[in-house]
Amino acid sequence: MRSGRVWKFGDNINTDLMLPGPYLYRDAEAQARAVFMNNRPGWVDQVQTGDAIVGGFNYGMGSSRPAARSLRLCGVGFLLAETINGLFFRNAVNYGLLACECPGVSTAFEEGDTAELDIDTWTARNPRTGRTLQVSPVPEQLLAMMLGGGVYPVLEREGLIAART
Amino acid sequence: MGMTITEKILARAGGLATVSPGDVAVVDVETACLIDLSFLPEGWRKVLKVADPSKVVIVFDHLVPAPTAQAAECMQTGRAFAREFGIERLHDVGPDQGISHAVIADKAYALPGSVLVNADSHTCSAGAFNCAARGVGGPDMLYAVTTGKAWFRVGETIRYDLAGKLRPGVSAKDIFLTIAGKWGAHVNQNIEYGGPGMAGTSLNARRTLTTMGTELSAEFVIFEPDDTLIDYVKARNPKPFTPTMPDDDAVYKERRAIDLGTIEPLVALPDAVVNNSVGISEVAGRKIDQAFIGACCNGTLDDLAVAARVVRGRKVASGTRFIVTPSTEAIHRAALAAGYVATLMEAGAIVTPATCGACVGGHMGVLGPDEVCITASTRNFKGRMGDPSARIYMASPATVAASALAGQIASAAEFFQGDVS
Repeated sequence: MRSGRVWKFGDNINTDLMLPGPYLYRDAEAQARAVFMNNRPGWVDQVQTGDAIVGGFNYGMGSSRPAARSLRLCGVGFLLAETINGLFFRNAVNYGLLACECPGVSTAFEEGDTAELDIDTWTARNPRTGRTLQVSPVPEQLLAMMLGGGVYPVLEREGLIAART
Repeated sequence: MGMTITEKILARAGGLATVSPGDVAVVDVETACLIDLSFLPEGWRKVLKVADPSKVVIVFDHLVPAPTAQAAECMQTGRAFAREFGIERLHDVGPDQGISHAVIADKAYALPGSVLVNADSHTCSAGAFNCAARGVGGPDMLYAVTTGKAWFRVGETIRYDLAGKLRPGVSAKDIFLTIAGKWGAHVNQNIEYGGPGMAGTSLNARRTLTTMGTELSAEFVIFEPDDTLIDYVKARNPKPFTPTMPDDDAVYKERRAIDLGTIEPLVALPDAVVNNSVGISEVAGRKIDQAFIGACCNGTLDDLAVAARVVRGRKVASGTRFIVTPSTEAIHRAALAAGYVATLMEAGAIVTPATCGACVGGHMGVLGPDEVCITASTRNFKGRMGDPSARIYMASPATVAASALAGQIASAAEFFQGDVS
């Protein structure tokens, strides 16, 4: 079971908010420092390792840029949203960010609550209210990549790409 | 149980009898397109094996010609990769360059009935070619290039049946803004377009609709094939292909009818594309600093023709910048030959080389603090085209051109009076 402090975001949070265009050519650490700078300045200084993002509908809409990597580098432990854009989800799988759809999550948690996520039972619980929600299971083969650091280690093991120098 | 177009293509490419919503399908990729951003040092890795170099396409598009040393370095890496593995379809800065989705359309690289992936999000553009095409991330591209495969979660499909014909001065962008305003996001869903209204909808117009499907958060966006498409592809690509219609008993989550004759020109308000469309009258008169026509969705020859028609013999308002970016250099040359470029320039517009450029806030039209822009491109997100305090309205090329003349958001209706639909 994972547990993290909740940061709440609304509907249609787009990739450009997580990874602003001017940072596309910067290194991953600089990109991670720019997360939400336009809609929630200072957030990167407040978020702690293991914290949870709770989003609304259509989380991560937008571009193919590696916004999921930035969230992971910020220390985000897991992300729950009503619905998640399919391309953002692919990047979550490939960069090893645990991200799941959880209908009802945007009203079940308040900012600062603790969110408990159990991926054995696929449930999310708010200990403050006692409320438990069903989480949409991530298909097994994708979950393995999500939890195993993404697709890069897979391609390295298979001798398809070189390890990072 | 019957399958939709996308389901049939994924099943065939995966060697499966059927796929259904909820499945994860691992499929053969017919076309894998890398772009300049694919070669950013943080995401790219030294590739040790390419499954099939003949299935790889490389198009430099986001920042070309390179405005920075970093952008130039990405392209150097891409050229070296193409050389090492003998990838012939490299679209470098020059006459065959352009925005990847538009180059793929110009060359008919997107084969009906096949699977295509591209490192840019607007890849569902190629769905206009009856191709199951999806934007993926950089790591997905490494996977596709090295293994020849990609995985997809199979979503439910929303079917749009088009009927009738657009009225003069109304365009595919307005159809899109209607859908985005009325139905909003299509997360985890495929979109399928068909119906008798397709016949009067050009391939370019279909591409505007499929490209913008990305902004609906759709998975795959795909059109039925017809003779217009099949003739276009056969004339440009010798490879065999399989036009794919849905099964008669295909299962859709919902079918929605669109009477094209009722579509009105719309504008999306700043900061979000979905659930954000209003009639032009609601925003007419708002002063603009910049008008932009371009990107993968709206830099087609048809779009440039409309823009030229609106501004012919007129002048862009003083104090307003009007920037036009053809989607490919081939379109740029065709627009030169047709006189559109001269007409636009005589009116006071700037016509740039083909690039994602201003749409991605990269170069050639970046916005400063508090500026207001009306754009016929893909996104109006906060900060998308430059400073986060800039306000970006989104509309059709006709509306953008009319607004450039007025120096404020304006309807293009007067320029199409007397036309017969």
